[in-house]
Amino acid sequence: MTARLAPRDAIAVGGAGLRTRPLRAFLSALGIAIGIAAMVGVVGLSASSRAGLDREMARLGTNLLTAQPGTDMTGAQAELPLTAEAMARRVDGVREVAAIGHLDGVAAYRTGKIPKTDTNGIGVYAARTGLPSATGARLAAGRWLDAATGSYPAAVLGATAARRLGVAAPGPDAQVLAGGRWFTVIGVLEPVALAPELDTAVLVGWPAATSALGFDGHATTVYTRARDAAVERVRSVLGATANPEAPDEVQVSRPSDALAAKRAAGRAFTGLLLGLGAVALLVGGVGVANTMVISVLERRAEIGLRRALGARRGQVRAQFLTEALLLSLLGGIGGAVLGALVTAGYALWQGWPPVVPPWALAGGLAATLLIGALAGLYPAVRASRLPPTEALAAP
Amino acid sequence: MIELTEVTKRHPGGVTALDRVSLRVGAGEMVAIVGPSGSGKSTLLNIIGTLDRPTSGDVVIDGRRVGGLGDAALSELRAGRIGFVFQQFHLAPGTSALGNVADGLLYTGVRRAERARRAAAALERVGLGHRLDHRPHELSGGEKQRVAIARAVAGDPPLLLADEPTGALDTASGAGVLDLLRGLHAAGTTVVVITHDREIAAALPRRIAVRDGRIAAPEPA
Repeated sequence: MTARLAPRDAIAVGGAGLRTRPLRAFLSALGIAIGIAAMVGVVGLSASSRAGLDREMARLGTNLLTAQPGTDMTGAQAELPLTAEAMARRVDGVREVAAIGHLDGVAAYRTGKIPKTDTNGIGVYAARTGLPSATGARLAAGRWLDAATGSYPAAVLGATAARRLGVAAPGPDAQVLAGGRWFTVIGVLEPVALAPELDTAVLVGWPAATSALGFDGHATTVYTRARDAAVERVRSVLGATANPEAPDEVQVSRPSDALAAKRAAGRAFTGLLLGLGAVALLVGGVGVANTMVISVLERRAEIGLRRALGARRGQVRAQFLTEALLLSLLGGIGGAVLGALVTAGYALWQGWPPVVPPWALAGGLAATLLIGALAGLYPAVRASRLPPTEALAAP
Repeated sequence: MIELTEVTKRHPGGVTALDRVSLRVGAGEMVAIVGPSGSGKSTLLNIIGTLDRPTSGDVVIDGRRVGGLGDAALSELRAGRIGFVFQQFHLAPGTSALGNVADGLLYTGVRRAERARRAAAALERVGLGHRLDHRPHELSGGEKQRVAIARAVAGDPPLLLADEPTGALDTASGAGVLDLLRGLHAAGTTVVVITHDREIAAALPRRIAVRDGRIAAPEPA
């Protein structure tokens, strides 16, 4: 009775070839490692960036809804009624309402010497005092408009607007010219993720806009914060509430949807990179197969000896299959560790929470074993079919 | 122990290596199979060792009819009943003497610790008890062949086949190896030595001369 080899013996015999030629084993395992590292890295980075985006969304909130005037039936620009804000505030589930009103034909300049056409893409808006809390806007410097400053010629600049107007810091010396009147800059905003239109805005108080710039009082964007559970319901009624006479002329949108779309776009790219990683893995598998074919050729005498010592064909086959599996497993583990390290490093650098999905690691190792088995099968079968006399006659 | 009846081996291509060879070696005998290179003596050894199958004829080794056995049964026969010693030693280069000998028992189903124990005993028996941890490149040619003999006899096979065991050795080492084989024979093992060296053959109790694939007339001692 020829017993089966104990697992420990089978692994020792299979690993003997790797121990005697460590450099070759390392290089062919490296091919597999690069493939696995690429795949784990791609999956890990995309998961980490998604986690980062999720974290940002959680911070910003997904409960901001905006209502803007669309176009009427003739295609002309519509406007929201003066009651839009007050009506929106009455909707059940709405927590906060704020608004801005664009001042048509009013541009902002650093000095009066700048040609009127060089508006730099900066718009001047009337802003309600509740705007920062509704939109999540934060001040980089200075103060926000309040009931007092909102009536005076004071302005708060969006982040981009401040840069384009060359205002480094708010203060009595920082003045901008809007609609022929000087406004003192009392604050500068940080970039606003959910309301990027504020970045290029010069914001003045609602009363000041009315008295000094001829503002007609019609809001051009109404910002509404709803309770999380009520977002969809508020969304469905916001248009009709803001403009009951012409609900179709109101565009209601949810700014966080744009961030979610960014996330979906990243997913398609991940698929492509994953495909590239799979190609690398395949090339690594070819490397292992090549190494195994050479190994079988070189070790014909050993194969013959083992047959003379009583190894069955199946045991010779198992030996070389084990060697191929060990080789690719070595590469797979190394690659998984490498991929996880790259993911962690890049994610931390980007300020994302590092995430390596366990299924990616498990899938990577499974792919490794599959590749190893495929790569080792042909050489192993060849080794087992070698007639012992021919193997022993080899030099 | 060995019974060959009308054994013919024809290689693909039409070369007849063995032509209707019949021979019988009893248990406990020590025999030299002697002949010039190309005479078919290596083919004969491969057939006796069940590494090769005859084209026609009947081979019985240790009471088992080889023709009817499959790969598993043949492997079992080689693992448990036949020890091989080769001219080129065939030792694993990176492995200690003890490891090489223990590997000889790998396919017998003996557990790891027991393999090491028997390997140490076998090395002791061939006079290398002090060289257990040496690797092949640290051993002389004669010592390497002793390790190979220890590997062949570690499982106590009743039949030992030695293919030109002294072919790669100087005279003194060769004599030492032959003494060792004679000792094994004295202990009851059937020993078959293949050689082209008439001097060595002359020193063994029985000679079978092979020429052109046939058994030649027995030579006088």
